[in-house]
Amino acid sequence: MAKEVSPGVKALRKVVEDVYADARKAHAEGKLVGWSSSKFPCELAEAFDLNVMYPENQAAGIAANRDGEIMCKAAEDLGFDNDICGYARISLAYAAGKRASRKFDPETLEFIIDPSTGKPLKDENGNVVIDPETGKPKKDPKTMQPYTVLDDIYEIEALPETTEKEIAYKNFRREAIKPYRQMRMPQPDFVLCCNNICNCMTKWYENIARMRNIPLIMIDIPYNNTVDVHDTNVAYGRAQFDAAIHQLEQITGKKFDEKKFEHACENANRTAKAWLRVCDYLQYKPAPYSGFDLFNHMADVVTARGKVEAAEAFELLEQDLAEAVKNGTSTTPFPEKFRVMFEGIPCWPKLPNLFKPLKANGVNVTAVVYAPAFGFVYNNMDEMARAYYKAPNSVCIEQGVDWREGICRDNKVDGVLVHYNRSCKPWSGYMAEMQRRFTKDLGVPCAGFDGDQADPRNFNEAQYMTRVQGLVEAMEANMANKEAEGK
Amino acid sequence: MSTEVMLNEFKEISQHPYRVLSQYKQEGKKVIGVLPYYAPVELVVAAGMVPMGIWGSNSKTISMAKEYCATFYCTIAQLALEMLLDGTLDQLDGIITPTICDTLRPMSQNIRVAMSEKLPCIFLAHPQNRKPSFGLQFTMDQYNHVKAELEKISGSAITDEALREAIKVMNRNRAARREFVKLAGEHPETISAVTRSAVLRAAWFMEPVAYAQKLEALNAQLSALPVQPWKGRKVVTSGIICDNPKLLQIFDDNKIAIAADDVAHESRAIRVDAAETGDPMMALAQQFADQDYDVLLYDEHSNQNRRADYVVDLVKKSGAQGLVLFMQQFCDPEEMEYPYLKKALDDAGIPHIKLGIDQQMRDFGQASTAIQAFADVL
Repeated sequence: MAKEVSPGVKALRKVVEDVYADARKAHAEGKLVGWSSSKFPCELAEAFDLNVMYPENQAAGIAANRDGEIMCKAAEDLGFDNDICGYARISLAYAAGKRASRKFDPETLEFIIDPSTGKPLKDENGNVVIDPETGKPKKDPKTMQPYTVLDDIYEIEALPETTEKEIAYKNFRREAIKPYRQMRMPQPDFVLCCNNICNCMTKWYENIARMRNIPLIMIDIPYNNTVDVHDTNVAYGRAQFDAAIHQLEQITGKKFDEKKFEHACENANRTAKAWLRVCDYLQYKPAPYSGFDLFNHMADVVTARGKVEAAEAFELLEQDLAEAVKNGTSTTPFPEKFRVMFEGIPCWPKLPNLFKPLKANGVNVTAVVYAPAFGFVYNNMDEMARAYYKAPNSVCIEQGVDWREGICRDNKVDGVLVHYNRSCKPWSGYMAEMQRRFTKDLGVPCAGFDGDQADPRNFNEAQYMTRVQGLVEAMEANMANKEAEGK
Repeated sequence: MSTEVMLNEFKEISQHPYRVLSQYKQEGKKVIGVLPYYAPVELVVAAGMVPMGIWGSNSKTISMAKEYCATFYCTIAQLALEMLLDGTLDQLDGIITPTICDTLRPMSQNIRVAMSEKLPCIFLAHPQNRKPSFGLQFTMDQYNHVKAELEKISGSAITDEALREAIKVMNRNRAARREFVKLAGEHPETISAVTRSAVLRAAWFMEPVAYAQKLEALNAQLSALPVQPWKGRKVVTSGIICDNPKLLQIFDDNKIAIAADDVAHESRAIRVDAAETGDPMMALAQQFADQDYDVLLYDEHSNQNRRADYVVDLVKKSGAQGLVLFMQQFCDPEEMEYPYLKKALDDAGIPHIKLGIDQQMRDFGQASTAIQAFADVL
């Protein structure tokens, strides 16, 4: 039976679907579509009614759909080193026109099925059907997929279309591109870059601007060395907002609509607050859901935080969670024995592999750093500038530790699982010191593992399993000690 | 003094920065370590202290820095931390930590934490939107912070007059280096690739005035030399750093001269001077704003390929036949700009090779084969 999905989760899924669908529609109608970094002040684009897509969210989706590797390799073939962030590689390949597509026979225009795909066929009693010839389980043909191949939309568009056969082939090749939303995102007409999360973003977006010969709006948020954001930083951020508004006026040919901007700000604040309250439900013991669910809801806070629908959907989810707490239910599919903070971006291509040993050991993720990372709450433009300085990789170590230790305490974690993310140098760059502080300040064990947010080649499952096992043993020992002290 | 003696002096300094540092300390001077990139050393000079560039090490091994860093960080930054941890840089009186790349961001924190009881760390965050008035203002705000921290270390205020003088000193120092780069390209028979690097590397360790004087003297001798026909090949080098004598020896062995460079440790650092009149802090901010064509810096004309075009132009003007890109391992800014550099070079018909390097490299067999093969196609 399919897992029951709560109304809030359904609403959140629809919000993201709609954001993509609206952008596809706008693009088809010849309207402008922009690409934006996840922590660019979306309020500005909202004030101009612009359709904006988010390459980080897209790359995560492509990676979760198992196309991270083919897209990363496509970028490498364009000359981008495999050391570069996996999201950036996926996005750059996509911007260049590369697509994960389905293999087909050009003569018959039929997909060529990959025999290694598909789920086992089950009979009416739910038992796996064994193929008498091979002695192995039969595959359910409905779940089998064509081979994945790389294609290029610009190559497709350059194809001739004079004969009927040519037209049919061209159309089929267009439609063979994988049909999920992240692989059907429109190409950009302008790009919005805010480098508060990394400087890689700057060059990533410059490359896109160059590839597509489109304008780039740059909001530069320099790295911070103090917990308080200095007034001079706020002034610099604020002045760039004004410059960005001016650039957007030029791109759109419209005047900045202050009312719409204020409305977007209201929505963004409402979404951020609802998001933070949803995150806080992880404080309950046992938690009514898992931090892994929160990773899924990030898509909303990234792509739609300036929209009222996102705020409403999170508020709906909040109600679901209140109900779950009241009824003592949880979406976590196992009894919660240990509670951990998951540090870093998840390895999207390997989510099931990440989840497996956690489930086996009753480890629930009850804290993720994304909770505070998207909680941009402010009352005016200066405060908004200040808020955008507080992104995960733009803050000093003290702020980073304080955020994490805050959620570790509030969400009552027994340990910390640290993802040394090969894609993210600024994030992973001070984790060793942070780990030492977590253990010293909170008395909880930490375990690190090597992985990647998008490139599956950088994840070593055997190492991960060992590290999780080590963490579980340390948490068990900690608990036993506490119990002994209590007696 | 003969050219050879002068070159040997530069080589000595280049090979033994620790001795140089100890010498300054014995003379009672205060020394400020300066990490890459674009730190305003003029402020250090104006404070009456000696700036000392820290660009990793070709002889150290990463060991203690592993306590702070995963493996996938550039060795320049890791070895800088290593030398701070292992005591090599204990004599420093302070260190400036710029944060313009994604490795230097967290590294600024690691260094501050690791040095909390040992060394004042001066944080510096340059703006990327550096050209508009608000960008200039932010650079000045940041530089004023650096100034205040340096004043605490030196114990006296940096006056506008002192800063203006320091700007003159550094302009002179940069001009001498630019002239040397040009002369070295014209006289490869006298200035080998190894020697060229040693002279330019010494600039990061010597007191700016003393270095400028010495280099001007060398330049005078080089300009007096008749230009001789060069039987080998000429290339432009590009990348963050290429100061390993063993690696550069391969160039000399294959008669490949360096006609000009697009290297952060060499010419990228000396392209732009600061105004010697007007408000000196604004002059420094404007100098940073005027830096361009750099993989680390935002280009507001990003839909064009200006940086790569600049490098292509450099190759053409220098009379080089090709380009050698030293790709520092784990340097994502360089990696990000490689495809468009390659495109511009290919379009212009300029051959190039990309050599993956890092400062832990001890075996240059592969590089040697690649460079030899490249020399053959030039």
